[in-house]
Amino acid sequence: MRQLKLKLLAVAAAAVWTGSVSAQSVEVLHWWTSGGEAAALGVLKKTLEADGIKWNDMPVAGGGGEQAMTALRARVTAGNPPTAVQMLGFDIQDWAKQGALGDLNALAAKEGWDKTVPAALQRFSKYNGKWIAAPVNVHSTNWVWANKAVLDKAGVKDLPKTWDEFMAAADKIQKAGLVALAHGGQPWQEATMFDGVVLSTGGIDFYRKALVELDDKSLNSPTMEKVFARMSQLRKLVDKDFSGRDWNLATAMVISGKAGFQIMGDWAKGEFINAKKVPGKDFVCFRVPGSQGMVSFNSDQFAMFKVGADKADSQMKLAKAIMDPAFQSAFNVVKGSVPARTDVPNKAFDDCGKKGMADLAEANTKNTLIGSMAHGHSVPASIKNAFYDVITRHFNGDLNDKQAVAELAKAAKN
Amino acid sequence: MRTGILPKLLLAPSVLLVVACVYGYIAFTIYLSFTTSTLMPNLEWLGTDNYTRLFDLENWKVSLRNLWVFAGLFIGGSMALGLILAVMVDQRIRAEGAFRSIFLYPMALSFIVTGTAWKWLMDPGIGLEHSLREMGWESFTFGWVKSGEMAIYCVVIAAVWQTVGFVMALFLAGLRGVDAEVVSAARVDGANTWQIYWRVIFPQLGPAVVSAFVILAHMAIKSYDLVIALTNGGPGRSTWLPSVFMYQYTFTRNEMAVGAASATLMLAGIAIVVLPYLVSEYRNVARHG
Amino acid sequence: MGSGADKVSRVALYGILIFLGLLFVLPIYVMGVNSLKPLDEIRGGNLMALPMEWTLEPWATAWSTAQIGVQPTGLKPYFLNSFLLVVPAVLISTAIGAINGYILTQFKMRGANIVFAMLLFSVFIPFQIVLIPMARTLGMLGLAGTVSGLVFVNVVYGIGFTTLFFRNYYAAFPGELVRSARMDGAGFFRLFWRILLPNSAPIVVVTIIWQFTNIWNEFLFGASFSDYKSFPLTVALNNLVNSSTGVKEYNVHFAGAFIAAIPTLVVYVLSGKYFVRGLMAGSVKG
Repeated sequence: MRQLKLKLLAVAAAAVWTGSVSAQSVEVLHWWTSGGEAAALGVLKKTLEADGIKWNDMPVAGGGGEQAMTALRARVTAGNPPTAVQMLGFDIQDWAKQGALGDLNALAAKEGWDKTVPAALQRFSKYNGKWIAAPVNVHSTNWVWANKAVLDKAGVKDLPKTWDEFMAAADKIQKAGLVALAHGGQPWQEATMFDGVVLSTGGIDFYRKALVELDDKSLNSPTMEKVFARMSQLRKLVDKDFSGRDWNLATAMVISGKAGFQIMGDWAKGEFINAKKVPGKDFVCFRVPGSQGMVSFNSDQFAMFKVGADKADSQMKLAKAIMDPAFQSAFNVVKGSVPARTDVPNKAFDDCGKKGMADLAEANTKNTLIGSMAHGHSVPASIKNAFYDVITRHFNGDLNDKQAVAELAKAAKN
Repeated sequence: MRTGILPKLLLAPSVLLVVACVYGYIAFTIYLSFTTSTLMPNLEWLGTDNYTRLFDLENWKVSLRNLWVFAGLFIGGSMALGLILAVMVDQRIRAEGAFRSIFLYPMALSFIVTGTAWKWLMDPGIGLEHSLREMGWESFTFGWVKSGEMAIYCVVIAAVWQTVGFVMALFLAGLRGVDAEVVSAARVDGANTWQIYWRVIFPQLGPAVVSAFVILAHMAIKSYDLVIALTNGGPGRSTWLPSVFMYQYTFTRNEMAVGAASATLMLAGIAIVVLPYLVSEYRNVARHG
Repeated sequence: MGSGADKVSRVALYGILIFLGLLFVLPIYVMGVNSLKPLDEIRGGNLMALPMEWTLEPWATAWSTAQIGVQPTGLKPYFLNSFLLVVPAVLISTAIGAINGYILTQFKMRGANIVFAMLLFSVFIPFQIVLIPMARTLGMLGLAGTVSGLVFVNVVYGIGFTTLFFRNYYAAFPGELVRSARMDGAGFFRLFWRILLPNSAPIVVVTIIWQFTNIWNEFLFGASFSDYKSFPLTVALNNLVNSSTGVKEYNVHFAGAFIAAIPTLVVYVLSGKYFVRGLMAGSVKG
């Protein structure tokens, strides 16, 4: 009995001992679980481990982060939040409002984040003047992906620069017996196209007024009706089996030459590269016609939660590592996005990546960098989803263009 | 029989746990439905605004409408097909074990596992329609999942597929529990097989029907994974169910109070369906005891 | 007997059964064949067709090298997590159900029916609404993010079903056996251990199958109440098949889904016979 007690004591002591040694650890909640994404995040893990900090991985995939956000609520309610959480746009602000996030200002001042991160991103990484999150990347959503061989076959010589040219090109592809636009009928995919169409139809100021400031006049304007009319045009370009299709299966239609175009964010590039297609030769990327020079973005950030003093130090080291230019380059080369910092060298990136970085820098200086509505960077979740409802119902033929405009304006008032 | 303190003492933990973690949480949810909660619970009182908003939402109307279609067809279909399967398997067939396993196995799988397979099968471009056409049946069409009006029936099909084996097992157990003497007596009286089933055997399946109904009703109301895996609520919002609505508003749209209001109504609905069963259980026990 | 009409109906019976059987195995067949194909063949080919080039690679990948999070661990380590959770949760909830069923049927107590009705209604509660309050409870109990916490949650929401099963079974238990044992002076535990429990095999099997399947397949609690040390197989599988903006390796997904389903499939197929027998003996009798 006595011996047992001694043994237990020894075990307990050992536990305390090893506990104190590995006190330097971070727990990270994220939804990057596919090969490329996880490999990209692995870069960060290695950086931290070189610094003696253990990486405790808590991945929860599903619904573009929906599952992870549900799990996060439970974790915070239980008083056991992760050190850092992958987050998008307004979610970060909402959590900051709850008072659940930490303060990175000291680090940000030392590292000069204010100067290197575009203001449009800071809108989400800062709350009441305090840095609360470290942005990792910028995805841009107003891209069109095209199969070069399909374009050649259909007789499309130049890449369309205006909406009418785009529709003419689509018409040629349809006449050649192919699907003009590969699309997956899921609300977020329709909303992604909507982003691009709003930019191309109304320009940056209209987008800002309607989808960011929720200005009633703009939402109810003839321009908005034109946007929906163009969405109706797009509806005629998709095949009959579009509904419910995953975005990557739509991309596969472009890759295999069944379809000509897809309107999708820059993550589609990974699918092309994975299928051993060469940018510029097998496929081309260009901005949604009429939106060249504008960038609608979404940015993955790591929101830093309030943690105990034992973890504060490793949390700061994590934030510092995320903002390290070398990491931002390595990560985004793998992920297909572009760095959140504008001072990262573009040496390691491919053609589409270099173009993305140049576009971002240009949009940043010209103030044409704008948060994507479809990806939670222009309005809070409740309104975003109400917009989804309208866009999706319209795309599926339940609302005509006029009704859709009225419903959209109504949804903005939630 | 004399009841000491011991039985009560041993029953108490279960009762306490359930009172706290079921009824306590239900009370909490009902309270939340009258508050201004958004991202996280918030105890500030608002009143009935959330219910007004809920009844105004097209998504909620669609969800309710779908629930009737779904629950009706799912419960009815599972019962009917389950009974037919049970009767067929009960015909002293060869390889009964194999058939039983085949009909029962879907119950063992979650839709995280089978969701993708179902989605593909029902997709006309790559699934059943495509395959049968390639095999030469050119006119075969099965594109329900792509149509706003028909997609909910696809959800019904997958749901029936998952649970019908369990219903079959319940009925099979009921059939095997039927008194053999009554059956042979009826046969002596000259009744044919059909009459025997209809007049003698089926009426004795009452308890199995009730058990099946309760289990199916609870699945119909809780079904969530299924919809998410198969259609993710689409096309558009055409296959939303109240469970999807509740999850979406509570956790995805940061409208926790509206989600709580929908949960409150769902619970009320469940109570209306289940209370008669509980009362009949109560009577049963009172009679036996 | 043995007339022509009889033979025809026999053939029709087998015909229908086999047809339905084929329909029932279709989803799992799709999973099976596609888990044995290289990815290119899936992208361009026929879903139903047998692989042109057979490969076990997806299975190996799903088991040991697929990306679940940052580490390429495959599903392997999460199997253990799931067993650590499922085994105690099933045993404890079954034991509680047995005791409750015993008390509710063999002892006259005021309010026993109300208690039973209360327990039974608890099976209808949608799990989404308990998420937040339960998280707070676990936090206060110091069980947040632990396996014990997950066991606790699954036990609490399993009590309703296990009590239902045992209560209905013991309600139909021959009264003479119990009475004569009591005459012989058997006490509370003796009666349970010596008389009821040894005759409970069928319903124990039903309860264990039911609980095992439900808890093994449970996702929402697993994702919300675990942390990096303890998350179960369903969360890992979900991470494998639901990754958002990456390349989807469908063959690996199907193989992983298969692997995750093996324990429950084995349980069902091996004990199907006992399952029906257990249902016969218990839960379908009022």
